[in-house]
Amino acid sequence: MSYVTRVWQDHKAAITPWLFLLPGILMFAIYIVIPIFQSIAISFYRWDGLGEKTFIGWENYRELMRDDIFFTALQNNVIWLVLYLLALPAGLLLALFLNQTTRGIRIYKSLFFFPFVISQVVVGLVFSWFYDPSFGLFNTALMKIGLSPIAVLADERYVTYGVIIAGLWPQIAYCMILYLTGLNAVDGEQIEAARLDNVRGWRMLWYVILPQLRPATFIALVVTVIGALRSFDLISIMTGGGPWGSSQVLAYYMYEQAFSEYGFRMGYGAAIAVVLFAIMLIYIGFFLAKMYRDEKGR
Amino acid sequence: MSIKSGIRKIRSSMVALTTSALIALPALAGTAMAGELVINTDSSFPAVKKAFQAAVTGFEQENPDIEVTWNVFDNEAYKSAIRNFLSAESPDLATWFAGNRMLPYVNAGLFAPIDDVWAENGLDKTLKAAESAVTFNGTKWAVPYTYYQWGVYYRKDLFAKFGIEVPTTWEEFKAAGAKLQENGITPVAIGTRFPWTAAGWFDYLNLRTNGYDFHMAVTRGEIPWTDDRIRKTMGHWAELLKAGFFLENHAAYSWQEALPALVNGDAGMYLMGNFIVAPLQEAGLTDDQLGFFQFPVIDPTIAMAEDAPANTLHLAAGARNVAEAKKFLAYIARADVQTMMNEIMGQLPVNAQSSVADDPYLQAGFKMLSNVDGGLAQFFDRDAPAEMAKAGMEGFQEFMVKPERLDKILARLEMVRKRQTQ
Repeated sequence: MSYVTRVWQDHKAAITPWLFLLPGILMFAIYIVIPIFQSIAISFYRWDGLGEKTFIGWENYRELMRDDIFFTALQNNVIWLVLYLLALPAGLLLALFLNQTTRGIRIYKSLFFFPFVISQVVVGLVFSWFYDPSFGLFNTALMKIGLSPIAVLADERYVTYGVIIAGLWPQIAYCMILYLTGLNAVDGEQIEAARLDNVRGWRMLWYVILPQLRPATFIALVVTVIGALRSFDLISIMTGGGPWGSSQVLAYYMYEQAFSEYGFRMGYGAAIAVVLFAIMLIYIGFFLAKMYRDEKGR
Repeated sequence: MSIKSGIRKIRSSMVALTTSALIALPALAGTAMAGELVINTDSSFPAVKKAFQAAVTGFEQENPDIEVTWNVFDNEAYKSAIRNFLSAESPDLATWFAGNRMLPYVNAGLFAPIDDVWAENGLDKTLKAAESAVTFNGTKWAVPYTYYQWGVYYRKDLFAKFGIEVPTTWEEFKAAGAKLQENGITPVAIGTRFPWTAAGWFDYLNLRTNGYDFHMAVTRGEIPWTDDRIRKTMGHWAELLKAGFFLENHAAYSWQEALPALVNGDAGMYLMGNFIVAPLQEAGLTDDQLGFFQFPVIDPTIAMAEDAPANTLHLAAGARNVAEAKKFLAYIARADVQTMMNEIMGQLPVNAQSSVADDPYLQAGFKMLSNVDGGLAQFFDRDAPAEMAKAGMEGFQEFMVKPERLDKILARLEMVRKRQTQ
């Protein structure tokens, strides 16, 4: 028996899983892990993507610290994160409302889920028209009740909130569908038992239903936080980061600096990407720790 | 379609593919000897595409031994595609823009100099109008084949109705606006959601206040943004802002979305490039309603200068068919070819010996540009380096909404300028 076959025979059980993992590991390394390190490396250079790279050390990061728009973007990311979490209770509310057996309920469910199915680009366009100061529904309504119109997307005070509301529309639908599937798995016997003990209303929801929805809540939280941090499409469609950078978020600012018509500052874009990555890392760390604890607890 | 017939279809198309490859192989070898030419253009707009189609066809007729491969890119996608194809699989010729916009490619060695094409064909005489915009370090880097004027497009009928004369001076301009306002009309329509439109106003106010040389020095980054002369320009702008000259909520609209204001008669004027005419005519404005005038004089001691962006054709450094490419460059510089192309595009030929299409706006623009003593600028985002252009345009947009932040905006622009000139 040759050496190779002997090793194979002896360690078959140990080697096999790695063989199966290999394609995945390779892909993950090439498309995710290595680019992360490349981005970190590029963030120390000045580079227009065409000519020579110049090493400038921490200069890109020093510039970030002096960059007003960067801090606007950072602040907006926090606002996005906080307000996006509203999708959870709103989605739960809708799910509870739709979780009944009436004629045609499936149609209502699919209609409520619809905003998640259509492209974010379409959502952005629809809301751009909705906010349009001259013919948009929003301002027509404001004027009907005697208020003066507000150009939401052109006003630095409201623009971020305007875009977040557009983003919440599909996000709520997504959370709703997660909770609807969660509600399917709720144990009827426990509800019966609680009923016998005369539990109803809020107490039923809080002490009986919600604990059983924990897996759904967890997934909804994860997708919502990630959705908030990577918000990009809506900003690109509705405002382009404007007016004058007041609706920027990190993901879009990174794209703009690195790849847009007036950008091609690869180093600076990479530096923004690294900061965004660091923020996500905190969250991912928390997420992994929780997973680990849950697995261990079982 | 059943699965079986689907498979049969795929198989037959594969056969077709292999046979066509077999036929194509010797054909390719044949053309390689005769001469090839690969041109990449950003001409996805129908009129521009048609103009290029006509130019390529004409060239092939004159040079039957050269086979032209012409690739049309989407206008927006081209801006990032050009970076890839110039450094990876290079065409022989590529369209781009004059001014600072071409410098990254010149500096990276992706465009090749074409001084010989200019010298052999006497282009320094025929293409003089855009010569400075394609010259860098004393070397010519492109052949400009089209340009267009900027200026004020206005509602002739409304001006006539309220007895307003076409303004030629700053005072007259402000008076005309005031008269429009008295009659419930916003003087100027503009949409700054994509803020480059605001840069048109900066260009003109600065060209008229401080002149061509100073304006070009500003865009090259040689003048601090906090300079008093720039403050003077911004002061003129502030006069208009204070008087409420511009369309309300302009930051919410793109330039197209601001057009209805002019079409409906809610606004009287629009500072824009000549490409504004086509959509306005489509929206129903006739030549009796729409007029054009040169941006008024602010300081009579300063020579008139205009924005007139030129589009250009460049020789790629990685070109494989240099002789054929130079032949095409000489061809597209010719008076008759530029006449033909620009008639189709509805723009102005750069060649001085070309004739201009019979169109009131083009004729007016041609007359205006022929009498320019100050010089022709390329537009702010082509004259200034990319980063400065972006910061500038956003700053102008902010200034138009919040004029009281002038100091902060200029300080920010100055920071960008300093970093750029480091």
